[in-house]
Amino acid sequence: MPDAIVDLEIQLLLEALFQRYHYDFRHYARASIKRRLVLARDQLGFGSISAMQEQVLHDPALLPRLLGYLTVQVSEMFRDPSYFRALREKVLPHLRTYPSLKVWIAGCSEGEELYSLAILFREEGLYERTLFYATDINPDALSAAEAGVYSLDRIRKFTENHQKSGGKSSLSDYYTADYGRAVFDKTLRERVVFSDHSLVTDAVFAEMHLISCRNVMIYFDRLLQDRAIGLFRDSLARKAFLGLGSKESLRFSTHAAAFSDFVPEEKIYQRREP
Amino acid sequence: MSPAPIRAVAIGASAGAVQALQTILPALPADYRLPVLVVVHVPSDRDNQLAPLLRAQCAVPVREAVDKEPVAAGVIYFAPSDYHLLVETEETLALSADETVNYSRPSIDVLFESAADAYGDGLVGVILTGANHDGAAGLKAIADAGGQVIVEDPGGAYASAMPLAALAACPNATTMNLDAIASYLASLGAP
Ligand SMILES: C[S@@+](CC[C@H](N)C(=O)[O-])C[C@H]1O[C@@H](n2cnc3c(N)ncnc32)[C@H](O)[C@@H]1O
Repeated sequence: MPDAIVDLEIQLLLEALFQRYHYDFRHYARASIKRRLVLARDQLGFGSISAMQEQVLHDPALLPRLLGYLTVQVSEMFRDPSYFRALREKVLPHLRTYPSLKVWIAGCSEGEELYSLAILFREEGLYERTLFYATDINPDALSAAEAGVYSLDRIRKFTENHQKSGGKSSLSDYYTADYGRAVFDKTLRERVVFSDHSLVTDAVFAEMHLISCRNVMIYFDRLLQDRAIGLFRDSLARKAFLGLGSKESLRFSTHAAAFSDFVPEEKIYQRREP
Repeated sequence: MSPAPIRAVAIGASAGAVQALQTILPALPADYRLPVLVVVHVPSDRDNQLAPLLRAQCAVPVREAVDKEPVAAGVIYFAPSDYHLLVETEETLALSADETVNYSRPSIDVLFESAADAYGDGLVGVILTGANHDGAAGLKAIADAGGQVIVEDPGGAYASAMPLAALAACPNATTMNLDAIASYLASLGAP
């Protein structure tokens, strides 16, 4: 089938998903979306993307499966250990001066980044004074994050990352192994609010001291990136911190002037005084 | 009908990539007119040392690809380790942290398929040495879109599996040795 038709079908499907279900992928980076929708079409056995659109319009049961393709659930605990080391060594000393803290993990996927931060804050004695918000648009990912259960074969990498990040305890202190799964300690989520929140369509909900949003905006076009960064600017207390993924930056944002570089090589920024 | 003007070159390589690229990329002249997009499989936890290494040897500027940057002519772009490199239809670069494809991130198929979409018959795809099958489907996508497809001669390649898989998917691809690929690519983008 000529590519121009597939591109048109994708455009129409994204419009349908927005109008019918208010999931807005219309301004996501298109090449990656296309790859994943073509995969969905083939793996779910549809003859065309239009056929997939017809079914999802009438049958909401297809929606979660499509969301599984449209959102990317690739994560790791302490992914990019040097980022977590920079938080530990450079950001937490500032946060320590506050009596109470709010931390937002935006696009938390299945919770890997959340548990990494919860463990980091516990190791540094800040957990008890912190409230964590873990948000995502994929309901299945959010339930997995709330469960905090990972396949044991991922733990080796998580442990190695944790050590490289300057971990002061052993990762095994925080989970119990059970039938091939690692079940993370529920006290790690005592102070966590899980919620459905989209950086594309939803608004500010609290004033934060640290926002960690990694490998989410890379999927947005410039327009959406700017919206999300505006949301972060408006959600951060003065002199609070924003951490992005290793290939993301504020360089092209119209809101760049509201932030200063804090640890540039780790993409950690600080909100300037308004 | 004269062949479509070439607007970009995409190269994929795996085992043996360093030597192969050291033959090809330094042969491109300083005033080269095409963008060159390169995916090489490197271990995900190691920083991509290849771009700095080749930068020292090439007349054409060598950069690590940056998300959402417009593709510039006369620049060699490497995919960063642990990210896929794609080209958007408006000819900007895109990085993604999607699942591995053919056990690889970056994956050659991902670059080639998106570049075939963006450049159509204005693309040359090149598969070099490697010990897996990544790039075969992507090379076929380039051929299907009307682009030119080149495969390193499996007989002379450091690892033949990747060239052989590419030839199985694209039986009409031109096979060449590294020196021939180097001079062909150099002539394509010479002013
Ligand atoms: C690649 S994962 C990143 C996970 C984690 N932050 C990390 O860096 O390891 C991207 C996550 O962003 C979520 N996401 C996509 N669009 C979103 C949006 N508009 N608002 C919030 N989260 C979104 C996806 O569902 C997915 O869980």
